[in-house]
Amino acid sequence: MKNITTLSALELGKLIKNKEVTVVEAVKAQLEVIRKRDASYHCYLTVMEQEALARAKEVQKQIDAGELDFSPLAGVPMAVKDNMCTKGTNTTCASKILYNFTPPYDATVIEKLNKAGAVIIGKTNMDEFAMGSTTETSHFGETKNPWNTAHVPGGSSGGSASAVAAEEAFYALGSDTGGSIRQPASYCGVTGIKPTYGTVSRYGLIAYASSLDQIGPIGRNISDCAAVLEVISGYDPKDSTSIDKDSYSYTEALVDDVKGMRIGIPKDYLGAGLDAEIRKSILNAAEVFRSKGAIVEEFDLTAVNYAVPAYYVIACAEASSNLSRFDGVKYGYRTENYEGLQQVYKNSRSEGFGAEVKRRMMIGAFVLSSGYYDAFYNKALKVRAIINEGFQKAFEKYDIILGPTAPQTAPGLGESLADPLKMYLSDIYTVSVNLAGLPAVSLPCGLDQKGLPIGLQLIGKHFGEKDIIRAAYSFEQAGSYIRPTLIVSEEGGIA
Amino acid sequence: MKVTEETVQYVAALAKLTVSEEEKAKVATDLGTILDYIATMEELDTNGVEPMSHVFPIKNVFREDVVVNKNDRDNLLQNAPMKKDGCFVVPKTVE
Amino acid sequence: MKAYETVLGLEVHVELATKTKIFCSCTTQFGGEQNTHCCPVCTGMPGTLPVLNKQVVEYAIAAGLALDCTITQKCRFDRKNYFYPDLPKAYQISQLYFPICRDGGIEIETESGKKTVGIHEIHMEEDAGKLVHDPWGDCTLVDYNRCGVPLIEIVSEPDMRSAEEVIAYLEKLKLILQYLGVSDCKMQEGSLRADINLSVREVGATELGTRTEMKNMNSFKAIARAIEGERKRQIELIEYGKKVIQETRRWDDNKDNSFAMRSKEDAQDYRYFPEPDLPPIEISDEWLEEVKKKQPELRDEKMLRYEKEFDIPAYDAAIITGVKQLAALFEETVALCGKPKEVSNWLMVETMRLLKEQEMEAENISFTPMQLAKLIKLIDEGKINRTVAKEVFEQVFKENVEPEEYVEKHGLGMVNDDGLLRSTIERILSENPQSIADYKSGKTKAMGFLVGQTMKEMKGKADPGKINQMLNELLRTF
Repeated sequence: MKNITTLSALELGKLIKNKEVTVVEAVKAQLEVIRKRDASYHCYLTVMEQEALARAKEVQKQIDAGELDFSPLAGVPMAVKDNMCTKGTNTTCASKILYNFTPPYDATVIEKLNKAGAVIIGKTNMDEFAMGSTTETSHFGETKNPWNTAHVPGGSSGGSASAVAAEEAFYALGSDTGGSIRQPASYCGVTGIKPTYGTVSRYGLIAYASSLDQIGPIGRNISDCAAVLEVISGYDPKDSTSIDKDSYSYTEALVDDVKGMRIGIPKDYLGAGLDAEIRKSILNAAEVFRSKGAIVEEFDLTAVNYAVPAYYVIACAEASSNLSRFDGVKYGYRTENYEGLQQVYKNSRSEGFGAEVKRRMMIGAFVLSSGYYDAFYNKALKVRAIINEGFQKAFEKYDIILGPTAPQTAPGLGESLADPLKMYLSDIYTVSVNLAGLPAVSLPCGLDQKGLPIGLQLIGKHFGEKDIIRAAYSFEQAGSYIRPTLIVSEEGGIA
Repeated sequence: MKVTEETVQYVAALAKLTVSEEEKAKVATDLGTILDYIATMEELDTNGVEPMSHVFPIKNVFREDVVVNKNDRDNLLQNAPMKKDGCFVVPKTVE
Repeated sequence: MKAYETVLGLEVHVELATKTKIFCSCTTQFGGEQNTHCCPVCTGMPGTLPVLNKQVVEYAIAAGLALDCTITQKCRFDRKNYFYPDLPKAYQISQLYFPICRDGGIEIETESGKKTVGIHEIHMEEDAGKLVHDPWGDCTLVDYNRCGVPLIEIVSEPDMRSAEEVIAYLEKLKLILQYLGVSDCKMQEGSLRADINLSVREVGATELGTRTEMKNMNSFKAIARAIEGERKRQIELIEYGKKVIQETRRWDDNKDNSFAMRSKEDAQDYRYFPEPDLPPIEISDEWLEEVKKKQPELRDEKMLRYEKEFDIPAYDAAIITGVKQLAALFEETVALCGKPKEVSNWLMVETMRLLKEQEMEAENISFTPMQLAKLIKLIDEGKINRTVAKEVFEQVFKENVEPEEYVEKHGLGMVNDDGLLRSTIERILSENPQSIADYKSGKTKAMGFLVGQTMKEMKGKADPGKINQMLNELLRTF
């Protein structure tokens, strides 16, 4: 039998529905690939072998009884970033301070996936508490990029992106606060969607920055991603920032047609700081769209340069507050050496958190402290308003905005952490999207000379997922780039 | 922006973190560089702009006053590093 | 010694009487085994989010309107960040920048006259958990049952000048909130907590002195003592040339003294910022109107109405409306039997007496308007006399007996047998010639004696009016 783990999620879903493959077979095949390859890539923090096999049997029963006919992804093994609560299974946020945390409840997205017959095969590695762009701040070790194991997979959803690229999962969930789905998708040559803020419930997502976080799918193509997004979106009364929309039928947008679509490319996105090969690749992509009848032009996007500082102020401020609950009292790591309450707090937190997390918490405390609130936090909220307005204006003229996902391809392991500021600056194309709450896709559009993937970012207006999905689908159909199916690893190879 | 070791001490205390003497200098430099960068926001004129704390103009998200939850103590305590008599335990707090 | 003026302001925390907590659907029921009224949200589990209870907003608006405040129609929540074990998220969701009500006032009356105490603002927030010291383990146990119970904090202006005024303010506040039904305001149970801000200054000075904050007073009496004690302490410091330190002090009623609370180890910088997990609140004019319409009649209105409508004296109206339950009892009983003066009497005299005797609060009265109405009916119909009625009422009050059943069971019904009465009186008269002689010679006490004897013979079940009438009649024949 063909190696099913190279199939897309929807392709496997069909085989399962047609009874050509059983769920148990699919899960076993997936576990086998993980066994062979994960030692090389370290995508997973927890592989849920027992649970997945038990669940596979359950799901098969439901399929046989016709209960999952509505779900195209029933029985397909998938992975979940380790910052989403899975009841009864370790959820660590790749941090020592949650090393043994077993959530007493499931995140809403997990409940939805379970209802659709998904099989969770494991929890993936990430930057600690989603703070980072390379998955190197994980307390449990780095994840490698399957395209070149000397390079990072990106972050903070590095484990998820890497797992999808390495065929260790058919699709995965990631979370995106400043680019954490899109950038690793871009570095790993796979596709990822950050939905409009409020589309997917955050209940059960261990918060980094509440007004910026969104959960989204990472998959091998846009069709898979759209199908997953349909399952996980929806109004949730448990999340007060969740929006109630009439329609979540994103797969309807999987249509190869961009005739007359107005596409804008921000001039500032193509300026200095962008790797030349990437610029070339993006401009080629623009040509592809033009050849398909879209109208593509460059324009001025306001305040691009201020998005990164505003983002870091808001994200660090919210994070410093969200992470205060990790205090060694109710769950997680508690220090062994303490005398008195204050030391329980200080020692548990100092010993339990990594350097990047601590740095961001201190920045957060600073920008909110009395005397600095106006100059920093309040100012950032105003900058945010201006950036949002800039996008609103742009979307009066354009249906979608096109640009690179990252200014470079995946850096080498160990290159980034020494200069945190430089690392923050590489988020330039992604953070403004979170500040404005817009939807965006990153999909592969080529390889650089080192053979590392380049990502194309398509940004839509609020609730404009269908436009960017349609554009991404059309681009995929043009087939003028290398599909990321070639995975070379030392041991695994391709069965 | 010059961040002094005193400032580092202050923000660390707010965040309940200890920064060792050796680390203080480096942290001060790091924070200073980052804050300098953040301060570039000053260049953008935000006069008359309302701060945007919520991305969408949604408002009035409410819930009805109906009891739904039941006793879930075992679940809630299962991760406690220390527990006793159905409670979480901390060192003696002095009033 | 110089003359000093005490300047007082209050921060009162009131637990709202909603069924569920402010941000989750756990019960707010008092008591309960530790941590059994909790869920992942109110215990601050990672990944959880708050959802606002609409009833909390309505109660807050109702309170604001009754306290003469302006409602902040566009308001929102902010996070107040600090570490303490009773705060599971390490931040409290409160309102700093846009509290729901502002600029109100309460009119109080003391011996010095009437004045209005200003209310600076009212805001909604969540309560924290409880810490219990465990002497065996030399540690502290944390119970989150109370965590997330909705509170409104009512901040007054520093307009009060004496313990008397503070008590008057609190009593009126309590009455208003109880009447609204937004809280039961029981200090002993913690549903009403008052922190006092006190400073002193020389009479005539315009600047305020340094103030201290006092906590942990569990009764109005303790508050009065705390105010006296702190005033003395501050004056003494100033007289000795020392400075009053701005601090929080804990009142110890047993020691009749206050102690500076160990100052929180680190800077108290709460780093307030808008709560990103909760969208802002917009109270439309229509919603405000709806709440206004639902406002129940408050005490002062009711009191005046009772005087007019039921023609009862102002003093009685004040007492009856002094407790919401008493007023309800009054109105409902009057609706059933239509005798306001009679009902008023039973409440003012017998009920008050028994409350005092039983050391009970009026809120805990258990007998129903129907029971009182029935008792009144029995008297009205001449089925029992007043003495018996008092006895029956005591049983109604203490044991909730049904008046008719009780009267029947114990054979307390008034005896209306005129023949029996007549013959009894004739017998007594014949047995007491001295009394007859005394009466005839003008000693009116003798009549009392004869009535008493008759009543005794009749086992207390005769109508005293009839006894008098018949005695008079028969005495004429002697």
